[in-house]
Amino acid sequence: MDLVANGERHRLNVDPERPLLFVLRNELDLTGTKYGCGEGECGACTVLIDGVPRRSCRTPVSAAAGKQITTIEGLEDAGRLHAVQQAFIDADAMQCAYCTSGMILSAVALLHRNPTPTDEQIRRAMEGNICRCGAYNRIVAAVRKASTAITARAEAPHA
Amino acid sequence: MPELELERYELSEGPAYRFESNRRDWLKSLGGGLLVLLVVSDLERAQAQEAGRGGWNQKLPENIGAWLHIAPDGTVTAFTGKAEMGQNIRTSLTQAVAEELRCAPSRVKLEMADTSVVPFDMGTFGSRTTPTMAPQLRRMAASARETLVGAAAKQWGADAASLTVADGWVSDPASGQRAGFGDLARRTDLVKCVAGDAAVKPPAGTSLPKVDARDFVTGRHRYAADMRRPGMLHGRILRPSAFNAKLVSVDASAAAMPGVKVIREGDFVGVVAPDEHTAGKALSAIRAQWTAPRQISAADLFAELRKPAPSERHDARSAGSLDEGLRAADKTVQSTYTVAYIAHTPLEPRAAVAEWNGGNLTVWTGSQRPFGVREELAQAFGIPEESVRVIVPDTGSAYGGKHTGECAIEAARLAKGAGKPVKLVWTREEEFTWAYFRPAGVIDVRSGATKDGRITAWEFTNYNSGGSAIDPPYDIPNQTVTFTPSREVLRQGSYRGLAATANHFARESHIDELAAAVGMDPLEFRRRNLKNERIRAVLDAAAERFGWGRTKPASGHGYGLACGTEKGGQIACCAEVSVGPQGRVRIERVVEAFECGAVVNPEHLKNQIEGAILMGIGGALFEAIDFDNGRILNARLSKYRVPRFSDAPAIEVVLVDRKDLPSAGAGETPIVGIAPAVANAIYQATGKRIRSMPMLPQMLA
Repeated sequence: MDLVANGERHRLNVDPERPLLFVLRNELDLTGTKYGCGEGECGACTVLIDGVPRRSCRTPVSAAAGKQITTIEGLEDAGRLHAVQQAFIDADAMQCAYCTSGMILSAVALLHRNPTPTDEQIRRAMEGNICRCGAYNRIVAAVRKASTAITARAEAPHA
Repeated sequence: MPELELERYELSEGPAYRFESNRRDWLKSLGGGLLVLLVVSDLERAQAQEAGRGGWNQKLPENIGAWLHIAPDGTVTAFTGKAEMGQNIRTSLTQAVAEELRCAPSRVKLEMADTSVVPFDMGTFGSRTTPTMAPQLRRMAASARETLVGAAAKQWGADAASLTVADGWVSDPASGQRAGFGDLARRTDLVKCVAGDAAVKPPAGTSLPKVDARDFVTGRHRYAADMRRPGMLHGRILRPSAFNAKLVSVDASAAAMPGVKVIREGDFVGVVAPDEHTAGKALSAIRAQWTAPRQISAADLFAELRKPAPSERHDARSAGSLDEGLRAADKTVQSTYTVAYIAHTPLEPRAAVAEWNGGNLTVWTGSQRPFGVREELAQAFGIPEESVRVIVPDTGSAYGGKHTGECAIEAARLAKGAGKPVKLVWTREEEFTWAYFRPAGVIDVRSGATKDGRITAWEFTNYNSGGSAIDPPYDIPNQTVTFTPSREVLRQGSYRGLAATANHFARESHIDELAAAVGMDPLEFRRRNLKNERIRAVLDAAAERFGWGRTKPASGHGYGLACGTEKGGQIACCAEVSVGPQGRVRIERVVEAFECGAVVNPEHLKNQIEGAILMGIGGALFEAIDFDNGRILNARLSKYRVPRFSDAPAIEVVLVDRKDLPSAGAGETPIVGIAPAVANAIYQATGKRIRSMPMLPQMLA
């Protein structure tokens, strides 16, 4: 089957039932996507499939075939961090950072749907992502920061 | 009064730093430059002070705490056995070195927790990195700076005191000459020893961002489970049907799938396969029969814990006369508190990649004790420790839960049987079941106070949970404090803050009960009995910021406070809760004041405190391991609730920065205040006193 990860097409011969998470990690060496629970409860394995956040541990690889998959490795643009990545650094929104990939992708999807979410909307949208280190309030602040940055960029006159 | 024994669930830090002979070759591979060794034994320290320095071929001292190298190309590398797992010591230790060398932090590289390249270290626990390792690195860096300045002064015929150091250069403002660290280190080319107890400057206290944050936000950082080796296979382990079960029979014939190998050694049965999915399928095809003894269930836990362990020593100590204290009291209170078993639940489960090369073994694993895991591996395979290398990549958290090396041993056993490198990542269910738990406990408290709010008597008996912070910080003339170990019900071990959470929960809840009995405000009651100025300072700071006594809570809301001290940190916590229908508790607002001496990195310290509060909320309101007859019943995140976004209250942290005091660690102690503050706030909101952690809705309904 064909798997399109971060804009790159890969031809793979894998068990279609195999979870996308392990195909990304083992076959494509995209290890930024993490295993946390295997039941879609923690969000560490979140990737975007056609822009929608999905739990890759519960997604058979066949369900992602041919679709646009975005992992954490695909957010950087020519060495420039995505606004959400930068905001996580600026807000010190991590400790062990094992949840960070999933958090960032959930936030990217949220800001795509709703570029100016309220704190309450951020919390609700991210409820499925666990940060065991408890940096939740910082993550909310980071998403808010990213929202401001993205909105400012969108409003800036194009050069 | 004699001290109680050290916390039994945590190893104490021993003096045995060994500088093994095979390190010498590695040191040579550094290629010269300036090497500073931190000497920690008394004898060798004396020699170090005497001799001070020597060439690269001298006999090196044996007891080394850490070392720092400045390469001929100017690279500064500090080597420490401590491990990074989210507490941000990679950043704080980098700051210590950079501040003393007066160079940009980006110039400093930290080699951590790789047993082949760092000095022996007992492990990363007990909040010891900041009070011990940071000053050690600071001393070495200061010594390195002085040596480089000395070399420059000699070369230029200048007075060392007139030279300046900035951003990797030593300069002479008078002559305009300057030389880089690398040049000076190459010319110096020596090994210098510094004493472990040399005086040290306080930290600058700046908020350097996480040094390798970019690697994490891009997914580039490789945790243990992200390691990959040529030809690597994926392993799974057949787990017993219950704790203490013995294997009766096993039929692995159905596991014979392409690429799969079953590895058996006594009761150890595992599989390896080219990928996790196949390994999982092979594992579920194995049929096994186990026999297990009848075991205690959660419902019987607290009665069981009251039965003392037959061979264990009780630790008790007394001051004054409890009877007299109780007689002198106008009011007495007696109550019992319980604390459930809880799981660390690090988001990165235990993981290891093991690779054999002849008789040598290399294991990448997430651990707080790389040298402890090395020892376990050496013992398990009957090989010398020098043949084992344990590498701990920065780890996806631990919280006291990653002291032991079972996952590393399992991976190594599979790798040995397979003849290839093997990766083993514990499933979440395995992590919940086969690691270890924070000890459950039962605590009996009896106390008395006079009408004017003086505590006259204090009897405190802790069954099983541990001795950390068991002593009341209050000024109480008559007291008996006892820790009684129980027979182990579930496998238990270290946890962030250890028993300090249980002991603070019982003590600070009870203090409120006693204050209520004599009709006094909880803040005023505490202040009346607290002589410890450092605790008073954080208590006042938290109460002031919270607005304690200035407003009344809304209907259905309550305010509560708690204070205490542990591991050199002073903490006070104020919480506002609301109690909704069906007893649902929501923590609306928390103010926590914390003092741990001189603040190293204010932003990271706040982050730790906020995180500790969140983790504490889990133990306070939701978390409890449920078990029955040797089986864990809720070994999944869908059944074991940990705090999520919606549980995070508004948190205000008040840092009390004591620049005049040495810095203490801060990863643990900020967790101890939230549970009792919440219990006290629930009491104010509802009139109901909950004496169990977690405080569940059904207890309020």
